Amino acid sequence: MTNNERMVTGDGDVELAVTEWGSVGDGRPTIVVVHGYPDTSAMWHPVAERLAPRYHVVAYDVRGAGASTAPRATSDYALRHLVEDLAAVADATSPDRPIHLVGHDWGSIQGWEAVSTDRMAGRIASYTSIFAPGLDHAAAWAATRWRHPTPHHLRQLAGQQVRSWYVVAFHLPGAGALWKTGLGRRWPQIQQKVERVAPTDSYPAATIGADGARGVALYRANFRARLTHPHPRPTTVPVQAIVPTEDHFVSPALSEGLERWAPNLWRTEVVAGHWLPRTHPDLVARYVSEFVDHVEGAPESPRLQRSRVGVSDCRGVHADNPTRLQRVVVVTGAGGGIGRATALAFAAPGATIVAADIDPVAAARTATMATALGAESHARTVDVADAEAMEALAKWVEHTFGAPDVVVNNAGIGLAGPLLDTTVDDWERILGVNLWGVIHGSRLFGRQMAERRQGGHIVNVASAAAFTPSRAYPAYATTKSAVLMLTECLRGELAGVGIGVHAICPGLVDTAISTSTRHVGVSDDEQARRRRAAARLYRRRGLTADEVAAAILKAVAEGQAVVPVGIEARFGRALSRLSPAANRRLARIDLIPRFSS
Amino acid sequence: MTGPAATRSAGEAPATVDLDGFRAAQQLAFACAEAVAATLEPGVTERQAAAAMRRWLRDQGVEEWFHLPFAWFGDRTAFRGFHSPHQFFPTGRPLAEGMPYILDCAPVVNGYTADIGFTGCLGDNAALDLVLDDLLGYRDVIVTAVRSGASQGDVYRAVDALAARQGYDVRHRAYPFRVIAHQVTRQPTDASARGRTVLGFGVAGTATLMRTAAVGARAGRSPLWNRGHFSTQPPQPGMWAVEPHLGWRGVGAKFEELLVVTGDGAYWLDDDLPHVRRWKERGIE
Repeated sequence: MTNNERMVTGDGDVELAVTEWGSVGDGRPTIVVVHGYPDTSAMWHPVAERLAPRYHVVAYDVRGAGASTAPRATSDYALRHLVEDLAAVADATSPDRPIHLVGHDWGSIQGWEAVSTDRMAGRIASYTSIFAPGLDHAAAWAATRWRHPTPHHLRQLAGQQVRSWYVVAFHLPGAGALWKTGLGRRWPQIQQKVERVAPTDSYPAATIGADGARGVALYRANFRARLTHPHPRPTTVPVQAIVPTEDHFVSPALSEGLERWAPNLWRTEVVAGHWLPRTHPDLVARYVSEFVDHVEGAPESPRLQRSRVGVSDCRGVHADNPTRLQRVVVVTGAGGGIGRATALAFAAPGATIVAADIDPVAAARTATMATALGAESHARTVDVADAEAMEALAKWVEHTFGAPDVVVNNAGIGLAGPLLDTTVDDWERILGVNLWGVIHGSRLFGRQMAERRQGGHIVNVASAAAFTPSRAYPAYATTKSAVLMLTECLRGELAGVGIGVHAICPGLVDTAISTSTRHVGVSDDEQARRRRAAARLYRRRGLTADEVAAAILKAVAEGQAVVPVGIEARFGRALSRLSPAANRRLARIDLIPRFSS
Repeated sequence: MTGPAATRSAGEAPATVDLDGFRAAQQLAFACAEAVAATLEPGVTERQAAAAMRRWLRDQGVEEWFHLPFAWFGDRTAFRGFHSPHQFFPTGRPLAEGMPYILDCAPVVNGYTADIGFTGCLGDNAALDLVLDDLLGYRDVIVTAVRSGASQGDVYRAVDALAARQGYDVRHRAYPFRVIAHQVTRQPTDASARGRTVLGFGVAGTATLMRTAAVGARAGRSPLWNRGHFSTQPPQPGMWAVEPHLGWRGVGAKFEELLVVTGDGAYWLDDDLPHVRRWKERGIE
């Protein structure tokens, strides 16, 4: 896609270097992208090129940066002038139609100024902020937290203070000179090392040293005045906040309570660093285009529906609740036992539930119960051992909601009795459900979560048998041990993209599994007796599915890696670490209860 | 007062005239529950509700009780955190919007014992609605199993199985003796016991129940219907107050009404009851 470059006169005869992709001629919406500090419009090239086939995209060098002229006085960099520049660019490139504004870093600060002051009223159709707050908003945010200095609030304040060291530094004499004496030259390497932003021919721009030095004026001209004398700055423009969670400069917490200023708000967290438009241009282009299309009249994408702040957040879920963003929950084996209890435990605070089970009636029942608890819920029939069926389920979930926030790979079956009596068919059946089911659930939904880059949780229900060897259940323990190892490996693999992977290892839980477990090497009558005996033992033990469900919610909320549930599970885990020899000795005992009622 | 001259002992199918007496007693008990339910509002406590039922029935001439009225509010309807029988008694817990409640009363009217349970909610509660809708299935399962000649224990287990499938806790397990039902009889007119209660239970009625229990125990039948060793026989012909009680999270729901067991069958004494009317209104079959 070719682009045109031209100069547009901004406020006070400043000449702004504007780059355009496409034109307004064929009714395309205009998207104006504004860069931050110490960047130029080149920062936006990867995103602009992706948007160019469908939109008229406009980027420009902010005054003082790149090919635009640079006024000398610090006061010339006040936000008022920056908004005048933006208005001039908008009038020159899209005179008849409101623009869709996208801002990053200082571009985002300017964006907030533009949508919350009168100068550009009616000229901005939508605003996407790669999140940095308006300075007045930031001041109000900090003031609220100082007024209510809870430990949580103090931590948030400290977190932002740590990220803002350079703001203070920029107010010291000589800050600009630093850029001219080597920081500018080293900037590409620093940015690559610390921020993992790869330099290209055009980025960072050759002017980086001068841009960095002059741009210090942005801080000096605005910070002190705005932070000490903030004004309420509401806007009615639809706003999409894309919040990078790994940002070294802007704390994601600053976006809390944003709906107070922008009631028409969509908020999406993305596991990425500050230079998101460089590191993840596909994602940013997709999010911008979904939002622009929606504001232009297209239906909300599933992602937008879920990121809307307001309606979907008001179902009794506290704004600071960590489960707030874990809103679509897929549970396999949800037709009973731990699966149903878990689905309902997530449903109670308002998560959307996908209850998957091999038994359609049981899945539908769980969905009905989740609905009665006030949650949106869907029943899906699936055999977790069937790769195609799991792929179909994953596809359906992605199409309907986008990637899920939590997946609980819970479906499992029991098998007891000697390995020498376990047939190949027995093995294939239990490996299919207990291991392949978890593999499919992990790989399919893990990929969706990783591509979405908004984190997520994969919970695999293993068992205390995973670390408690026994002659009583060799096949079952083998599958559960594999699930535990899969979980630990995957946890390592997905840590970098903010996805938590958790193994839950319950002890003897009173569910229907005790009466459906196959006992190999015995007659049908004996199997029936052993099932009754096991059911009685489990009932007397009294560990409930609800307790396991509570442990799963806690593991997700607190990021726990391996969670034994029940005293027997905790004991088994401790013993497996303290004395593997004792563990092996216990493995010789046949634990299968024989007494019968 | 007119009525049969002889008091029927447990183990015989009730005569028609007795059925009318039981039906009238049961109607009066449900009328009491509905009347008191209509007066419930936020802030009313369990004790106040129970006292209101007692007052209402006393105004209707009731002097004798199988047990004094109970009222449970909120998660106490599911008997959450109950470890000791004294916790069944009404407390000072106030009712609030969206809270489920259960009113349970057992007056003796003209010598006929009723024992009823009525579940409702102040305002809307979708979870409670689901449990109340599902209770219909239990009414069907119980009467069908009894008709087929199943033992008390088997009926109990059929109820357990349905509850497990539907994902509910069986809360009648929490009652004394874990009973899902108990027998009720026409009370003898014993002037010395009349009107006296000990720990909330009428002396005369409880004495009859315990006498019958002692006699039947060895034969594997019991006026206290549970899944234990004394419930291996089908229920004896007579009147049974049946009270399946389900719990789900913080919500509990039950109905309690009289089942007539005859020599060769069983049927619910009366279909013109609030919970049955509710199912009909909601089109649940």
